[in-house]
Amino acid sequence: MNATIAAITLRAMLGRRRALLLFALPALPILLAVILRMTGDNDLGTSAGVLQSLVLGTLLPLLCLIAGTGVIGPEIDDGQIMYILTKPIPRPVITTTKLVVAFGLAVVFAVIPTLLTGLLLTGTFSGLTAGFTAGALVGAAAYCAIFVALAVISRNAVTIGLIYALVWESLIGNLASGARSASVQQWALSVADAVADTDRITPAVSLPVAVVLLVVVVAGGAFLAGGRLGTLTAATAD
Amino acid sequence: MTLGAIHDIGYRHYEGRRLGRAYIIRSLYVHNLRAAYGLGRPARAKVMPFLLAAMMLLPAAGSVAVLAITKEPNTLIVYSQYATIMQVVVAIFLATQAPVIASRELRFRVVPLYFSRPVVPPDFTLAKVGAFATALFVLLAVPVTVLFVGALVTRADKMKPLVMPDGEVARAMPLGDHVLHYLGALLGCVLFALVLAAIALVIAAFTPRRGFGVAAVIAVYMVSSTMVLIVQGIAEARTNFELAGWAGLFAPFNLVDAVQVRLLGAEKAAVAVPPGPWGGPVALALCALLVAGAVAVLSLRFRKAGLS
Repeated sequence: MNATIAAITLRAMLGRRRALLLFALPALPILLAVILRMTGDNDLGTSAGVLQSLVLGTLLPLLCLIAGTGVIGPEIDDGQIMYILTKPIPRPVITTTKLVVAFGLAVVFAVIPTLLTGLLLTGTFSGLTAGFTAGALVGAAAYCAIFVALAVISRNAVTIGLIYALVWESLIGNLASGARSASVQQWALSVADAVADTDRITPAVSLPVAVVLLVVVVAGGAFLAGGRLGTLTAATAD
Repeated sequence: MTLGAIHDIGYRHYEGRRLGRAYIIRSLYVHNLRAAYGLGRPARAKVMPFLLAAMMLLPAAGSVAVLAITKEPNTLIVYSQYATIMQVVVAIFLATQAPVIASRELRFRVVPLYFSRPVVPPDFTLAKVGAFATALFVLLAVPVTVLFVGALVTRADKMKPLVMPDGEVARAMPLGDHVLHYLGALLGCVLFALVLAAIALVIAAFTPRRGFGVAAVIAVYMVSSTMVLIVQGIAEARTNFELAGWAGLFAPFNLVDAVQVRLLGAEKAAVAVPPGPWGGPVALALCALLVAGAVAVLSLRFRKAGLS
């Protein structure tokens, strides 16, 4: 961890109008939760559906994609990363710092809204809120690790991330159940299922498998990002 | 509009033909259309659009193959539903390529250079919207054409009717209907292309920072469609089908599907569409309003960027 790099990254992410998107997105499920509560549609099935499809399935990967690629991608693209790389800071420290900042942003803008949405919809009933918050927390760690590593490896990180999150996890995951075993969303659901006290959540993988895969992905992503940044040659894009 | 774009600064006089505004608009259109698929740019820019185009084609080719092998007429994907079925891939194409068209000149602050020529902001905008809509139309229409050609080649219209397990009979569609449905679906593709291009370009023009435009476009698409799906699910569970239908107007793919179903006589692909007879005209009016509004907003945006 390097406090200066963290501060610079945070300022780049939240400066000026850029943060609007990060603020506007998490407001939507909270708004929906308020509406559902007012119209009395907040039964357990609907709430679990909203938390699973909108929050865990849509918002979490999207915000982690913005945060994970945003902390390092633009800097590599316009060559500014050189100013950091030429300082006597080990490169794995740089990527770890970026990863921690991305995870922190994901917690503030995705995990806490999950908690609020859950509380608004069901309160603490049958542990649904706690379950999805725990799921979102581990999911955020895994997504951020994947997307930071992708941003270091490829200039097309955002598109590849989108294809993974939307096509692989949603489209192919719905058709071929085998693809669901290799999906962060299902691992997060597995954790959510273990914490919550309801049969509304049906993950595709068992808890031990999910935990092992989550740890492997987070560690692998951090390791890969640090290693690839070590051999990075900067070139301008566009 | 003067045609004084070729400046005579005393070194060498120019006597040739002056090509003027229409030529500039046409050049901008062609340039942007090529840029949408990364043509004329390094291989890195071509990978994603062509990968996504291949992903669009795959299910169509698969559907034709299944039709040819099984000889069951109902295995062919319905032409007008193709865009809705593949909407995730279309949305990713929109998100990755809209910033290529709308953000780059803004990011590098070169818009004033365009307006030092005889071209005005509306021309610049129309060339961009037209080019991106054309690129999207190609993306959508090629797979539909593959389906249609596949149906013709395998003589889908002559296939034996199939009795389904639930007793219904799936009859082969006559050739005339194939042609009509195909033409209707192409019209739908035009509308899809215009509406989606308009929305995506406006969002991309307001998020010029690299990476953020992509995220913003996909966020608007995904959040709108997921929210609409949830609202429709709850409304249908309460048997309020009217609300479920009207809610569809707030998701871009659902909106165009409403026009296809109500005005072009297509089969429904979205969860629900607004009830007739008003549903179709309202949806079409909303589409027109979206496109016109987008052109106006983009013109203002480029005009402002051109002043600096």
